[in-house]
Amino acid sequence: MSASATERLSRLLAMVPYLLTRQGIPLEEAAREFGISARTLVKDLELLFVCGTPGHLPGDLIDAEWDDGHVYLSNADTIARPLRLGVDEALALIVGLRTLGEVPGLHDRDALERTLTKLEAAAGDAALASSQVAVDVEGSAEVLATARDALTARRRVHLTYFVPTRDETTERDVDLLRVPMVDGRWYLEGWCHRAEAVRLFRLDRVERIEVLAVAADPPPQAATRDLSEGLFVPSADDTLVVLELDPPAHWVADYYPVEEVVVRPDDVLVVQLRAADGRWLRSLALRLAGALRILEPTELADEVSERARAALAAYAVQKG
Amino acid sequence: MSAQKTERLLNLVICLLATRQFLAKEAIRDAVPQYAECRTDEAFERMFERDKEEVREMGIPLETGSNDAWFDDEVGYRVDRSTYALPEVTFEPDELAVLGLASRVWQQASLAGAASRALLKLKAAGVEPDEESLLGVEPRVRTSEPAFEPLYAAVRDRAPVTFPYRASRTGSLTERHLEPWGIVSWHGRWYVVGHDRDRRATRVFRLSRVMGRVRAIGEPGSVQVPSGVDFRAEVATQTDEVPNRSARLKVRTASGVGLRRRATRIHTGDEGWDEIELAFGDTEALAESVAGYGPDAVALEPADLRESVVRRLQAVVSAAGASGIAAVAPR
Repeated sequence: MSASATERLSRLLAMVPYLLTRQGIPLEEAAREFGISARTLVKDLELLFVCGTPGHLPGDLIDAEWDDGHVYLSNADTIARPLRLGVDEALALIVGLRTLGEVPGLHDRDALERTLTKLEAAAGDAALASSQVAVDVEGSAEVLATARDALTARRRVHLTYFVPTRDETTERDVDLLRVPMVDGRWYLEGWCHRAEAVRLFRLDRVERIEVLAVAADPPPQAATRDLSEGLFVPSADDTLVVLELDPPAHWVADYYPVEEVVVRPDDVLVVQLRAADGRWLRSLALRLAGALRILEPTELADEVSERARAALAAYAVQKG
Repeated sequence: MSAQKTERLLNLVICLLATRQFLAKEAIRDAVPQYAECRTDEAFERMFERDKEEVREMGIPLETGSNDAWFDDEVGYRVDRSTYALPEVTFEPDELAVLGLASRVWQQASLAGAASRALLKLKAAGVEPDEESLLGVEPRVRTSEPAFEPLYAAVRDRAPVTFPYRASRTGSLTERHLEPWGIVSWHGRWYVVGHDRDRRATRVFRLSRVMGRVRAIGEPGSVQVPSGVDFRAEVATQTDEVPNRSARLKVRTASGVGLRRRATRIHTGDEGWDEIELAFGDTEALAESVAGYGPDAVALEPADLRESVVRRLQAVVSAAGASGIAAVAPR
């Protein structure tokens, strides 16, 4: 409870300076900027409205108006400037900027340098800890540079691409949309003419990339995905799978979109998820050494233990 | 309740920012309406002490002092405006766009929240970012390992810690004691670098191998971070991902493409099999991917790789046996 009171106060102290320089900003837009609902924003404004300098006569209180769907704020001089950056805040942005600086061939290094210099100066002592956190984004500079060129020139690319879930190498033409990085790995996102859909390609699985003499022409329905929820989008047609996850396999519940998670008292997660292809799941179960157990479908579970037994036979080891 | 508390803290902050002089506790009690509701002096004292603490934890520089240099018996409080406020700084539209991209590098929890709050503070000058200036290259980092939050905090606060750790070669679990210096994401995985009290040397630990709770074993600020240590270089040289060993595998014809991609040599073996050689560093990681191929791949050499694959496969069989019994039991 007290954590939420100070969190909310932090938000209010950031909100006041933001709104003061943006008089008349649409309520919805301001709410979006702060990652809250319009209703929560109105509650925040209602709270600001009754606060102010000692005396607390009408003239001392913060003035807030939002009746017409636009926000106006005044009489908040004491907190008109934002609170200086905290250590976590300074660190998150500084390390984020340095991470951008690692990107091979980033086009606007000048803007990055300027930003970093200003930010470090503004953060003062709060910037010190940022030297203790580093993110390495090393990737195949060559593939990345080619992808960037194709993106800039709006040209189609040809990819030779390894698909681990099917354990095969494929050939395809792709109109790139962007080059995102997830979990420290680079991906190419684009309209795949073979799948006739937007696909993500992990950069380290691209065996070969070639810029074609054809203009990229993704269809209107080709839109980039929101990757904040992870890389995989399940479909309702996929098979429902029920898994048990021991702690070493708990990451699976974060990594793949799960429909339901039950935390058992023995720290085992029971999760439900949708899988289009049993093969990757079978392989995942074999990789995770019993920390991931398939409860349903039982045929898949049987396949996993059959394959494990068959594999053990090659080592001439009796199961003891 | 919570709204009331936010209101009280906000009024307290405004009141302390508004005063140039140090304000005595009684004056603060009069100035902040919510304190007037305290029935007793003790209740007020307790509430005020807690509030002071929480306000300081938020990073608000609440000072204690006296207005009179000669008589310092009357202690007062204030927040110095110039230390409170973010220094005047104006970012250009393209710089704000870069900052936005930098804030989106973080995908999870505390640092993602801190990054977006920082960005909002920096936008307070009223300038809007020019997103058009960005090219679609977007690095993102996940911090999904459970050990990230406590180890990040330990690095930031310079506090020694202890945690159970699974060794990569042997798979054995031991309690380690570390003075953490830095935390590094390398090839998509997080590592903590520091002085290992057990080994009395600089060591690197992979966060995904921290198998339980991280506990502080010393005061914040007590860890001395030596200057000039390149954390990334430490990870690069100490991590077992450097492929400095060679493995020999048997892979069924036309399968094991993922292993073949890494092969340094491939030649035909027995009927229906190819033999491949590849370089590796992390035995457990290679064993994991060999086991994933089930009967389509067999580790031949070295012995520790073979053992690890066998151990993993046996674990799969016995786990399946256990859940099989559970499934049959209700009949």
